Amino acid sequence: MNSELIELAGIERVFRLGDSEVHALRRLDVSIGAGEYVAVMGPSGSGKSTLLNLLGLLDRPDGGVYRLAGRDVTTLSAEEQARVRSEQIGFVFQSFHLVPRLSAAENIALPMILAGIAPAQRAERVARALCDYGLENRADHRPDQLSGGQRQRVAIARATIMRPAVILADEPTGNLDRATGEEVMRLLEELNGRGVTLIVVTHDGGLGARAPRQLLMEDGTLRHDRRRLAEEAADPCARPT
Amino acid sequence: MRTTDLIRFARGAATGNPLRTTLLVLAMAIGVAAVVVLTALGDGARRYVLNEFSSIGSNLVIVLPGRSQTGGFNPGNAVTSTPRDLTIDDAQALLRASAVYRAAPLAVGTSEISAGGKLREVTVAGTTAEFIEVRRLALAQGRFLPSGDWRRGASEAVIGAKIRDEMFGRGPALGQVVRVGDRRFRVVGILAASGQGLGMNTDELVIVPVALAQAMFNSNTLFRILVEATSREAIEPAKAQVTEILRLRHEGELDVTIITQDAVLATFDRLLGTMTLAVAGIAAISLAVAGILVMNVMLVSVAQRTAEIGLLKALGATGVTIGKAFLTEAAMLSVAGAVLGFALGHAGAAIIRQLYPAYPAFPPGWAVLAGLGTALLTGILFGVLPARQAARLDPVQALAKR
Repeated sequence: MNSELIELAGIERVFRLGDSEVHALRRLDVSIGAGEYVAVMGPSGSGKSTLLNLLGLLDRPDGGVYRLAGRDVTTLSAEEQARVRSEQIGFVFQSFHLVPRLSAAENIALPMILAGIAPAQRAERVARALCDYGLENRADHRPDQLSGGQRQRVAIARATIMRPAVILADEPTGNLDRATGEEVMRLLEELNGRGVTLIVVTHDGGLGARAPRQLLMEDGTLRHDRRRLAEEAADPCARPT
Repeated sequence: MRTTDLIRFARGAATGNPLRTTLLVLAMAIGVAAVVVLTALGDGARRYVLNEFSSIGSNLVIVLPGRSQTGGFNPGNAVTSTPRDLTIDDAQALLRASAVYRAAPLAVGTSEISAGGKLREVTVAGTTAEFIEVRRLALAQGRFLPSGDWRRGASEAVIGAKIRDEMFGRGPALGQVVRVGDRRFRVVGILAASGQGLGMNTDELVIVPVALAQAMFNSNTLFRILVEATSREAIEPAKAQVTEILRLRHEGELDVTIITQDAVLATFDRLLGTMTLAVAGIAAISLAVAGILVMNVMLVSVAQRTAEIGLLKALGATGVTIGKAFLTEAAMLSVAGAVLGFALGHAGAAIIRQLYPAYPAFPPGWAVLAGLGTALLTGILFGVLPARQAARLDPVQALAKR
């Protein structure tokens, strides 16, 4: 068995728009190790979002094999895939996707509620997460009473509450100003520092450059798979945006 | 997802849009309330008629002179010509039957009553002491006719409440002498006012001993023999025994008609029961409409909450969980509507009873259960389609929408 966390082999994804076929992904082979920090970059339409959806099991490839932690997840049923999502994968979205009628604490608890975890355990983990993300005083606030940065922190807390192996972040700073974006990225990178595999999709070169490994997508194929040396990654803020 | 969480989540989703929820609950409530009120009206009508009929007496078998060829109960029975008289002896003979508890002969005619210079036309009923028991009449004052030989009788009369008022006004009537036809009677009793009912109006009746009435009208025949069976179960045996006795007494020819109160009651019961059912069916249509409304609103809700559904899927919710959440919401709205409608319906029925005290507008238990059941069933049934649609939603597209 291979030690890689994520293995994609010959992944194909074709969308049909009327008569024409659009190849969002063509024979993609990528491996990502546990604890890696990877930025997926490329212009819009390059297939990076499709890749993220496939990695997050929200979409199925038309061909190829996706192994997550050594297990072929492409052949799982929809219900089994939902289990894998619940236990292994955390999502962070550009537009936060918080449930507007639920408070910050309830939003954070949502994955645990869906997984059927006991209320006592839920309360304990939510309290700790609120603490970790500096949201203690915002627990009962609804999303519309929170700032953008706070919302994204709630979203990150929600993504990590089930202690997933992988965090998938889709333009996590896209709706934030520079300072809060920086803060959010630092939070995500801290998580990565603790061993969580972090995959960030962005078209922002500066953001992508922070990652030690960058995948550059173009027309559904991998153009570059660049790994940076350790000392280069030390000063991410020096790069232009 | 735990059941309590599921319920809390559905409740949150329902209260998150108060206007939609209120309208839905109201629609369901109106449907259920309509069923409750309409069946209360229908069943109230049935009870009202049954009460009126029962007030004639209970376990009654009624003998009419003459044979109705067509059978059954129709007004023609009352005016058939008789080849052979139905006599007081016939009536007395019926008492020998084991299933007969009591019997009262009844001779009816019209005459004039006069007292203190006042004169009016009245219906005179000639009968015996048993009549008051058989017909379940109540006395306001005095006593009824004394029991004794049916072929004799003291010149005593019992008068209806209205006759009393008209003949004697505020003055005392008991013990007064009235003239009926060419005979003089002493008033010994006054019937309690019973109001207009089915059958005879006892308020305008003068009751005298049957022998005197026959003499007054110069006739030997009876208008009716009222027979009371020993019990409800004994009605059919009583009918058979009465038939047999009268056939023997009339030289093997059955020239009387015998009807049971039960048969008449059963006919009315069936008729009005069917009417209640029909009314309930009409009300059920409004429930079905409410169910379709639930479906519509839930479908709109699914469309409005695509992003949320996509998110829940991304967070690890299975299609089953999402389907359950929507179904729970639909069921909760239906239950709330049904309970509210139940309360509204009962309040409506109570108001009707308040306005028309004589009308027993109580919703029958089966209708209430059926109404509530239909509400829940339609709500849940019509909730399935939106729930399935929500469960099948593609998370990628759901999340991309915004």
